[in-house]
Amino acid sequence: MDSMLAGLQSASVIRNGRWLIRDIDLSIRRGEIVSLIGPNGSGKTTVVKVLSGSITPDSGSVLKSNGIRIGYVPQRIAIDSTLPMTVRRLMNINEKFQTIEVEEALDEMNILKLADQPVQELSGGEFQRALFARALLRKPDLLLLDEPSQGLDFKGEIKLYNQIVDIRDRLNCGVLLACHNLHMVMAQTDTVICINCHICCVGTPMHVVNNKSFEELFGSEAARSHALYQHHHDHNHLPDGSIISEQ
Amino acid sequence: MFDDFFSRAIIAGVGLAIIAGPLGCFVVWQRLAYFGDTMAHSALLGVALSIAFEINILIGVFSVCFLIALVVGRIGEQSMLSGDSTLGVLSHSSLAIGLVLVSLMYWVRVDVLHYLFGNILAVNWNEILMIYSGGALILFVLVLKWSNLICLTVNEQIATAENKRPTNARFIMMVLLAAIVAFALKIVGIILTVSLLIIPAAAARQFAKTPEQMAVLAALFGVIAVIFGLMLSIEIDTPPGPSIVMSAAGIFIAGVITTRIVRKRQRRTNQVV
Repeated sequence: MDSMLAGLQSASVIRNGRWLIRDIDLSIRRGEIVSLIGPNGSGKTTVVKVLSGSITPDSGSVLKSNGIRIGYVPQRIAIDSTLPMTVRRLMNINEKFQTIEVEEALDEMNILKLADQPVQELSGGEFQRALFARALLRKPDLLLLDEPSQGLDFKGEIKLYNQIVDIRDRLNCGVLLACHNLHMVMAQTDTVICINCHICCVGTPMHVVNNKSFEELFGSEAARSHALYQHHHDHNHLPDGSIISEQ
Repeated sequence: MFDDFFSRAIIAGVGLAIIAGPLGCFVVWQRLAYFGDTMAHSALLGVALSIAFEINILIGVFSVCFLIALVVGRIGEQSMLSGDSTLGVLSHSSLAIGLVLVSLMYWVRVDVLHYLFGNILAVNWNEILMIYSGGALILFVLVLKWSNLICLTVNEQIATAENKRPTNARFIMMVLLAAIVAFALKIVGIILTVSLLIIPAAAARQFAKTPEQMAVLAALFGVIAVIFGLMLSIEIDTPPGPSIVMSAAGIFIAGVITTRIVRKRQRRTNQVV
């Protein structure tokens, strides 16, 4: 279906006199993958946090359809070493899932053999995948992924992107994917939003099948699952994110 | 046969240890040790105010501890000082104000030492009833809100996204902590309250694989420490509160040594294989 799951209406967040995001409009529909790209400090994480409910916008509004289930994979969190927690237990901290379900999710993320390890002993990439498995177990309507590919090597990254598409198809959920890699966005992304405090541009990514150098560099598999999102900035920014008008 | 002071002390102490175990785990997980200390120090202010306004000490101490928790939360959001400095200011000033107030109340004789170090051997059946009924309520709330509290401990952002209302859970945590400080006041006293929360939980951490195991083990270690400490204090005539805490520390150290040895053995067998 094409129903709107969640969105922002001219949402702004100000902290210590600085705009973290400014007048952000976006909407995510069921079955849609929206990629949020932009450089470090451009406000991607803030957008995700506003959508997940951690931050209330200072102006504008957050729209969410009723009873929506969110699966959220935050960026770079650590679990305190004082908290004993196995991967298996981490899967069930909110609601109790069946052992088979848990093991399937862990297997899908390739970390089944780590099920009984303490989470503090996982590597960055393994822990990220564990959080991903958790989000999947919830069978979410909306999947919020904040830099899910960090800690993964290139092959892992491609695999992850394919998995995201797969999950979208299976659960028919909406996906918001924040990612700092400006040049590499999945071909399957439906909408790309480029932000730098405010929205710079919105559009669909283009395939790079005929880009020989890209194919040589990363292999044809990579070329098929990735595309260059070609966009030209027609404006420049002041440090606060406002646009310099050309005169 | 149960109506001697020693049995009453054991019953009261065991009840307290059972509640302190799981709650202490949250103090350890959420790094609230100094926060708990601040609450405990403010308890004397609660004692002074309770006497001045002639209200039940348990209720007076609970209210003051809870207010302090709210103040810490408020100041923490806006302060230029670091969290531990804010707590330091509140902790010591509330203790000092409590001591001054108590000394000003010339019409009652308050033995401050009893509140500082507790007087478990003087506990009466009424107080035991209070500890057990209050303790049952605390444990009930803990079990009821367990997954919310665990989610908050794991990650506040995930808890928010998954509708586990972390702000609510944090508020509940503060109420429970204020309650246990009020209950522990008479038993181990202001100075040692936090140790009863933290030491059994810290000892349990070394053996636990899940949060639930740690909570149960912490309660168990606390109970052992109470029984052993009280027996020690009767046997060699030492103050009961510190003897209990010393026993808990003994369990912690024994735990450190055992896990070290076990790990070394494992490493050796791994090398052989």
